[in-house]
Amino acid sequence: MKKTTFFGAVAAATMTAGFAAAGTLDDVKAKGFLQCGVSTGLAGFSAADANGNWDGFDVAVCRAVAAAVLGDPQAVKFTPTTGKTRFTALASGEIDILARNTTWTFSRDVDLKFTFVGVNYYDGQGFIVPKELGVSSAKDLDGATVCIQTGTTTELNLADFFRTNNISYEPVPIETNAEALQQYLAGACDTYTTDASGLAASRATFENPEAHTILPEIISKEPLGPLVRHGDDQWADIVRWSLNALIAAEELGVTSANVKESAMQAGNNPEINRLLGTEGNLGEQLGLSADFAKNAIAAGGNYGEIFAKNIGESTPIGLARGLNAQWTDGGLIYSPPFR
Amino acid sequence: MSDTHAQTVAYVRDTMLPEQAPPSTAAGPIKWMRDNLFSSVLNTVLTLLSVYFLWLVLSLVLPWVWYGSWTATSLKECREVVADLGLAHGAACWSVIGERYLQLIYGFYPAELYWRANLAFVLMIVALAPVLYPNLPRKILWFSALYPFIAFWLLWGGTLWTPVVAVAGFVLGYFAFEALYRLAGSLVGVIAAILVPVIWWLLLAGPVANGLASVLPLTIETVESAKFGGFMLSIIIGVTGIALSLPLGILLALGRQSDLMIVKAICVGFIEFIRGVPLITLLFVASTLLNYFLPPGTTFDIILRVIIMVTLFASAYMAEVVRGGLAALPTGQYEAADALGLDYWKATRLITMPQALKISIPGIVSTFIGLFKDTTLVSIIGLLDPIGLTNTIRADSNWNGIVWELYGFIALMFFIFCFGMSRYSMYLERKLKTGH
Repeated sequence: MKKTTFFGAVAAATMTAGFAAAGTLDDVKAKGFLQCGVSTGLAGFSAADANGNWDGFDVAVCRAVAAAVLGDPQAVKFTPTTGKTRFTALASGEIDILARNTTWTFSRDVDLKFTFVGVNYYDGQGFIVPKELGVSSAKDLDGATVCIQTGTTTELNLADFFRTNNISYEPVPIETNAEALQQYLAGACDTYTTDASGLAASRATFENPEAHTILPEIISKEPLGPLVRHGDDQWADIVRWSLNALIAAEELGVTSANVKESAMQAGNNPEINRLLGTEGNLGEQLGLSADFAKNAIAAGGNYGEIFAKNIGESTPIGLARGLNAQWTDGGLIYSPPFR
Repeated sequence: MSDTHAQTVAYVRDTMLPEQAPPSTAAGPIKWMRDNLFSSVLNTVLTLLSVYFLWLVLSLVLPWVWYGSWTATSLKECREVVADLGLAHGAACWSVIGERYLQLIYGFYPAELYWRANLAFVLMIVALAPVLYPNLPRKILWFSALYPFIAFWLLWGGTLWTPVVAVAGFVLGYFAFEALYRLAGSLVGVIAAILVPVIWWLLLAGPVANGLASVLPLTIETVESAKFGGFMLSIIIGVTGIALSLPLGILLALGRQSDLMIVKAICVGFIEFIRGVPLITLLFVASTLLNYFLPPGTTFDIILRVIIMVTLFASAYMAEVVRGGLAALPTGQYEAADALGLDYWKATRLITMPQALKISIPGIVSTFIGLFKDTTLVSIIGLLDPIGLTNTIRADSNWNGIVWELYGFIALMFFIFCFGMSRYSMYLERKLKTGH
């Protein structure tokens, strides 16, 4: 008897939870905050300051989504995830969205059953070498010892690159970025390979950055973007179009400075009007308020502002826009139209 | 005879000379050094080599530590300050510790509530004192028993009724045992003492706590587990694990030696399974696998899950340490206890277990120290213990690239705790020594 009651209770709990999980949007609204998975710490992308406030390029995506859904960019709780726990955290429903410089790959999208909603940073894998090694191309690295982080796509890219170029290497597998840098600086390996953005950021922290150079070859495509679970298309749409709103805002010249003013009343540009909700009912179609994009943009600025503030050339990370410029400037950042 | 007497022979001294200090080569530091450092040619060579080696290390480390900057606000600024000093091997940037030490201690715990964490820590010392030092009044032990609930309330906040109804479960269990022990014997009593609280906690405790809270809230601000971090997290996991694993380990050790087949099989199976699995695997089970098994949306606190896993892990090792102590007792002790007519529990409580525990003290404390250090593994599952926080601190663009200062500070803190435990165990061994 007791057993039946207990299992009955568990089954009931499972069912109610199952129903509740059907709509992430309703869950988030009921909770009153967005649960966002970020990296435990990656300079420029997600970092907590001395007071425990999170900030960074990936964090800004979470804040924009929170602002779009709940109207408050501060209504986010961050779950620090490691490379090993990130996917289970998302799959099990512990987090609503994962914004943790995660590469969009076929198997992650299809096999792990996630939906990548877009790309917020186009990265690629590069090599850093000491200048005194006298290497000017990655193809000269025959027989080199290579420091590499385990459990990431970089490991496979490295093997592919050396195999296609028919040269040999000796991998030195290392767990974390910080450890890999120490090994590299101590001379335990000839070169260190990871995402080029990470290499540039790390090089800037060296005592003597001029003594190291990043080789010109980019050996892989690493489109990094936020992702959500399969099976809740409405939620995926919300995250996708919150991100697109930031990108479109930059293209259309809507910034955190002028977004309030532009959203007051309809202007001359119909696309801006639709984006900011002064015309049409795009927000309603998403199940959000009409000014969802205005809130998302007001949270931290448009894509360009977020880039410049967190990882741009004026920051210590010092990344150029490069591939991540708007398509109008020859980059790959491109938002489908808001209509 | 008489002509050798002092009075008859003038040149014979008739008083004792006062004692003189020994020659400088046979006393004080010089003698100590001659005895211990330079007693033979080989020892002299080894001493000189050691001194040279120490000098090599310290001449590099001490200036690095001593001249470190406490004022720079970023790694870049610090490097400039240090470069001006002109030291051959640079100097530390201690200002990162100065800026972040509160975070390393409390994690993201709200600053205005630090007093709650501090109070919990002070009360922990009060609660531990009577356990560690038997001369103190025994009545404080009541406080020690209640302390876990008080600490839970202080640290996590919420309504006071949650810990109160949790304690009520134990009280109910006690009364159930007392009532049924008289009526139906000890086995029924024990079963009731386990069942009644479990039923209470699973089915009734929640509604009762909510009901009481709606009448009289008695709430303090809630702090969620995601805000816990730093040494506070290490200490919470470590101390809870230590406090729970000893009794569990003792029970498992007794179970493994038991004649009851099922009990024995369960204990052996548990111990061998847990010892055959690395702790990190259990932590992954706690952090990720349980999420799949539990219904979605269930909030089973991550810190609680980790504490349970760490406790189970440590208790399996503890069981083997205690079993070693039990095995080391001469059979005569068991026979003597039987001959006195003591039943199993009395014999265990009064004769065998105290001796077995005394023998196992070094092993027990080693397990404790190991457990405390193992808490740093939680950084792998994304909890922000001190090691996990180093990564977060490095992600701050001001401090990106800083390594040794953070690890040095963490190592020092861990050393203080572990060294303290180790010294206490030596004190305890000396105090309990009976083989004169």
